[in-house]
Amino acid sequence: MTASRLFPLALVASLGVALAFLTLPLLAIFLESSPGELLASLGEPGALDALGLSLQTTGVALALIVALGTPAAWLLATRRFRGRALAVTLVELPLVVPPAVAGIGLLAAVGPQGLLGPALERAGLELVFQTAGVVVALTFVASPFYIRQAQAAFAALDPELLEASRTLGASEARTFARIAVPNALPGLVAGGALAWGRALGEFGATLVFAGSLSGVTQTAPLAIYERFSNDFTAALALSAMLVAVSGAILLGVKLVSGPGALGGAGARG
Amino acid sequence: MLALEADTALGGLRLELTLEVAGGECLALAGPSGAGKTSVLRIVAGLLRPDSGRVRCGEETWLDTERKLDAAPERRRLGYLFQDYALFPNLSAWRNVAYGMAGVPRQQRRERATALLERFGMAAHADSRPGTLSGGERQRVALARALARAPRALLLDEPLSALDARTRAHAGRELAGLLAEAAVPAILVTHDFEEAALLADRVAVMDAGRVVQIGTAAELAAAPASSFVADLTGAVVLHGEARPLSDGLTEVTLEGGGRLASTDAGSGRVAVTVHPWEISLEPPGAAREGSAQNRLAATVASVTPVGNRVRVALLAPQPIVAEVTGAAVTSLHLGAGAEVVAAFKATATRIVDV
Repeated sequence: MTASRLFPLALVASLGVALAFLTLPLLAIFLESSPGELLASLGEPGALDALGLSLQTTGVALALIVALGTPAAWLLATRRFRGRALAVTLVELPLVVPPAVAGIGLLAAVGPQGLLGPALERAGLELVFQTAGVVVALTFVASPFYIRQAQAAFAALDPELLEASRTLGASEARTFARIAVPNALPGLVAGGALAWGRALGEFGATLVFAGSLSGVTQTAPLAIYERFSNDFTAALALSAMLVAVSGAILLGVKLVSGPGALGGAGARG
Repeated sequence: MLALEADTALGGLRLELTLEVAGGECLALAGPSGAGKTSVLRIVAGLLRPDSGRVRCGEETWLDTERKLDAAPERRRLGYLFQDYALFPNLSAWRNVAYGMAGVPRQQRRERATALLERFGMAAHADSRPGTLSGGERQRVALARALARAPRALLLDEPLSALDARTRAHAGRELAGLLAEAAVPAILVTHDFEEAALLADRVAVMDAGRVVQIGTAAELAAAPASSFVADLTGAVVLHGEARPLSDGLTEVTLEGGGRLASTDAGSGRVAVTVHPWEISLEPPGAAREGSAQNRLAATVASVTPVGNRVRVALLAPQPIVAEVTGAAVTSLHLGAGAEVVAAFKATATRIVDV
């Protein structure tokens, strides 16, 4: 066999191995227990609460991330200023910080004994062991995924479109709302999906910062971990539910915003 | 009237020029890519801020770096036609046109936009997205959009270059009509001298950030200030060493061989220019008859029909282009490799600086 035929074969083989490795664990969750067992476990009190709390907190976190991150990403994508590289690095920092460290950092910053603790207490804002604390932890770990992707999507826009808008009498704010956001939408949606996925799977920072109080701060991943040691079937059932919900939302995003949405970073279309 | 003064560093280039365009006049900026033509439009539009300069349009001052005055692009009322048209892909044709109608009541915008599209024969495409339109259709939507704001100046960046050859001739005539009708100053950027001659009242030839010559297209073609301008106008440019003769003519010894006479004065290293339509082709060894003094033996490199004429590229040994009729091509059996004599009168030549 010649080398030129070997290479395509190697490509196919590596994709096959990767796909098998990536899908087998997810498939196994559904195969390890019967559907009846899964459904029965979901009836257990606490399981649906945890899932509901996960959807609620990730939803609020995603809304915060999009509302704050979109203008910030636009600024990073369209301006050259002193300290821009530093700003970009700071935004990316949570990506490489271990989640547990993120939780410790949040405690040190906004915990009761933290830097801003007294100020928050005076404002009547409590985060630790509160649902609001979960949202803070999720926002902290997930926002870089959105901001990075949104920045890339804005940077990939044809600058002439933005300039044409200005020469037609539109201010920068109107250009942003009417031209930049609609044309960068596939990239923004992809960034939102990535951030949401990261938030849904969040474990370490939430556990350290907000704790694992059933019904208050115990999100689905925390609930799965709690069940894992004494009731494996219940852990499997909740896991299956989480996989199904994430898969459905991922599919929904793909259907709504076209096939390219979650493919190329910052693709226009 | 639109008046512009700018002096600025552009990468490795220094842009330094002064331009004035009267109301209703179209000035073409012609020159090779990288000469700074588009940057001039960007300065006028407020998309590029020069190190120092002034831009005035009618009574309004849009830019005066000395007085620290710099109106935002959206405050400068002008129509800018971008080279690739820059239509908004997320908006239909009529919404693209209506985008600039901020001052028009909302319910009238669709009607006004459709009326503008109608003028360019595009009303039927009012609801189409730009992605579904052909190049020529996109250009017409972009023109309608540029006019929607009732601009006080028009800036056109290579308005025809994104079109294929067939669409270009038609779109060129349309654009010429539009410019003749428009009462506002217009600046048109092009790398094509013929396009500049067709559309503009005056042509400013730009090279490396400066205007090297300004005048009507006919003036530039008849009396190019340099071999660069002559080359841009499509004239044949031959380099050589000039020497005044006693009879008042100038003799030029061409680089690579050959000799010719010119009625223009000159000495030292010069360029001789002559228009392709002044050059006639004769079979080699034909009797020397007629008044053409200059005769250069040449080999045909290529034969290209252009409209109702045929362009014949020659090696003699410097490149020469002659324009002849199709009948001449047939009777002289012109084809690549054919031997001919290129003949032209000494009075048809111009001597310019290199």
